[in-house]
Amino acid sequence: MNNILVTKEVTKRFGEHTALNKVSLEIPKNSIYGLLGPNGAGKTTLIRIINQITFPDQGTVFFDGEPLNSHHIAQIGYLPEERGLYKSMKVGEQALYLAQLKGLGKSEAKKRLKFWFERLEIEGWWHKKVQELSKGMAQKIQFIVTVLHKPKLLIFDEPFSGFDPINANIIKDEILQLRENGTSIIFSTHRMESVEELCEYIALLHNSEKVLDGKLSEIKKEYRNNIFDVCLDVKDGDSLLMELEEKFELHSSSHNREEGQLEFTVELSFADSKEILAYLSNRANIVRFIETVPSANDIFIKTVQSKEVHE
Amino acid sequence: MNKLPLIIKREYLAKVRNKSFVIMTFLSPILMVGMVVLIAYLTKINDNEKRIIGVLNESDFFSNEFLTTETTSYVNFKDLTLRSAKDSTVRLGYYGLLHIPRAASLEQVSANAFFYSKEAPSSTVLERLEGVFQNRLFQQRLQNLGVSAEEFAKVDDRFEIKTATFSGQLNLKGINEVKAFIGGGFGYLIMMFIIIYGGFVMRSVIEEKTSRIIEVIISSVKPFQLMMGKIIGTSLAGITQFAIWILSASLLLFLVLLFFGVDLAVLKNTPHLAPGMAQSMSPMDEDMRLYAMEFVQIPWFMLITFFILYFILGYLIYSSIYAAIGAAVDNETDTQQFIFPIILPLMLAIYVGFFSVFSNPHGPIAIGFSLFPLTSPIVMLMRLPGGIGAGGVPVWQLITSIVLLVGTFIGIVWLAAKIYKVGILMYGKKPSYKELYKWLKY
Repeated sequence: MNNILVTKEVTKRFGEHTALNKVSLEIPKNSIYGLLGPNGAGKTTLIRIINQITFPDQGTVFFDGEPLNSHHIAQIGYLPEERGLYKSMKVGEQALYLAQLKGLGKSEAKKRLKFWFERLEIEGWWHKKVQELSKGMAQKIQFIVTVLHKPKLLIFDEPFSGFDPINANIIKDEILQLRENGTSIIFSTHRMESVEELCEYIALLHNSEKVLDGKLSEIKKEYRNNIFDVCLDVKDGDSLLMELEEKFELHSSSHNREEGQLEFTVELSFADSKEILAYLSNRANIVRFIETVPSANDIFIKTVQSKEVHE
Repeated sequence: MNKLPLIIKREYLAKVRNKSFVIMTFLSPILMVGMVVLIAYLTKINDNEKRIIGVLNESDFFSNEFLTTETTSYVNFKDLTLRSAKDSTVRLGYYGLLHIPRAASLEQVSANAFFYSKEAPSSTVLERLEGVFQNRLFQQRLQNLGVSAEEFAKVDDRFEIKTATFSGQLNLKGINEVKAFIGGGFGYLIMMFIIIYGGFVMRSVIEEKTSRIIEVIISSVKPFQLMMGKIIGTSLAGITQFAIWILSASLLLFLVLLFFGVDLAVLKNTPHLAPGMAQSMSPMDEDMRLYAMEFVQIPWFMLITFFILYFILGYLIYSSIYAAIGAAVDNETDTQQFIFPIILPLMLAIYVGFFSVFSNPHGPIAIGFSLFPLTSPIVMLMRLPGGIGAGGVPVWQLITSIVLLVGTFIGIVWLAAKIYKVGILMYGKKPSYKELYKWLKY
């Protein structure tokens, strides 16, 4: 069994509103899985179903091959988007309480907390009250509490919001380290740059339905548009440009005559890149020749927009 | 692993360690005792005003009846006209002047006696003066009839009809009120507890929502567990507080009485009886003895057992409603519209209970309200001191009331848990009743 989590046609309705409509996902073990989608697409509802906060009206969820049940709660760690701590409780006491709720024994929880507090260099906070902490500091505590019970599956909903760039990097490294150690991670976010950096797999939810899922590299291949960005160092740019426009499908171009630089984008079928390169190498110095691969952000926007046009 | 004890422990400690809770717990008994002491002290001061009353006695019937007491002293004017006596009273700054004119008989003297003062005199002063006249007249009349005081005491025997139930159990007039009052005390305690600690439960739910910790917790435990843990933890804190209050208040009161010698009898406001009237006290003493016996005979064990039962069920019903309200709203200001409908049955229970149960513990209103589950914890407790079965609450009513209460308890907790479950994850809007109804179907 290579999937940590599988959902089969999961449907959830709130009164008249359908929050999830037959969503089927397969989340491979030991990977980082990006759950993407605009606001209100159903991400949070899906995550809550995985955490057994709410239950699906139809469909089933399998955790590590078994139908999801209450024993699995201890094997899942969840960092919600709306997260907080009890303001008047002390940090250590609170972390201990939350760890015990996840089923850890008191002494074991203490040992692990000590380890994590040292690792994130916050040993001095144990006796502080939460209301004395800054938002970023509180987020660190929440992160620790989420991973403390060594869950098989971690779910992070917008994990980087509230962190400054330095601490965001620390947390990112910790997430990657957890993956190295064999944890599977679901990562829900709007921040596409972190998706590119971290996720191997993605699923895109839109209007309560899954519109796209799979390996990010393969999705990118599918969304490849065969457009190349070219920059040439050339003397008779004008005549070359005219020839090029006859022979190839140019999208846009700009010509800086003083510096002798010609930039353009061209759409080719993949096999033709040899032909144009051969042609160009005889006529000019090639400064750059790059295939423009769509970013996750482009794919996200394109998919969502095309869906809206169809509806 | 059962997480309920963990939650209860956290809720209990969070409540008990709270600064305002600690302050309230230890300050309230001091405030309460302080109030009692202050009232007793003020009452005493009020009476302590030294009054000097001039007495112009022209008759032969009074000589030394006016005895100087702690608060009042009498100065006899001799051989003065009424006019100059009045002038002297004003000049000397006395409280007033009692004029007892000369006349042939005591009746005439009394009828023409006057009390002059600058302002309308205090009722205690007048009562005391009137007492002297009354006592004097009483003895005079007895003498005229040729009856001695001892003989009169034998004649002056009050009569009261004895009442009993058909089964032969003796009743005491007014004991119904006393019993209802005791039951009412228990009922009142339940109401206070529900309002105070229900409110705590509600605020604690709101705090979890506003601090956004709720979703973290809810991913580890079931919402129902969290709700029950919260209710139980808070009520344990409440019981701790009540226990501390009762213990420390009684201890403090005892100490205060010991050290300051404040006489609590001052508070009781019983009119002082003239010495001559004292003999008519004995039948009342007899009543008091009967009351005391009846008081001891009140089935305390049964009463406390049912108090605990009704208390637990009633408190759970109301506090789960409070928890649901806390879950439905985002901040405390939005709770008003939901709280009023909860307080209403409680208030109704107390007032209707006090009026109808006092006058007739077995009337239709008393029965109705002691069966209706939202008021029964209070009203039934007011009826219960009368006992169960013959002469008391019929067994079927008690059973019906408990069955209804348990049924309602299950129903309300189920509904409240549903609203709670949905509400804790809803942010940013104040729901209407219609929306709450929709949540039930999620």
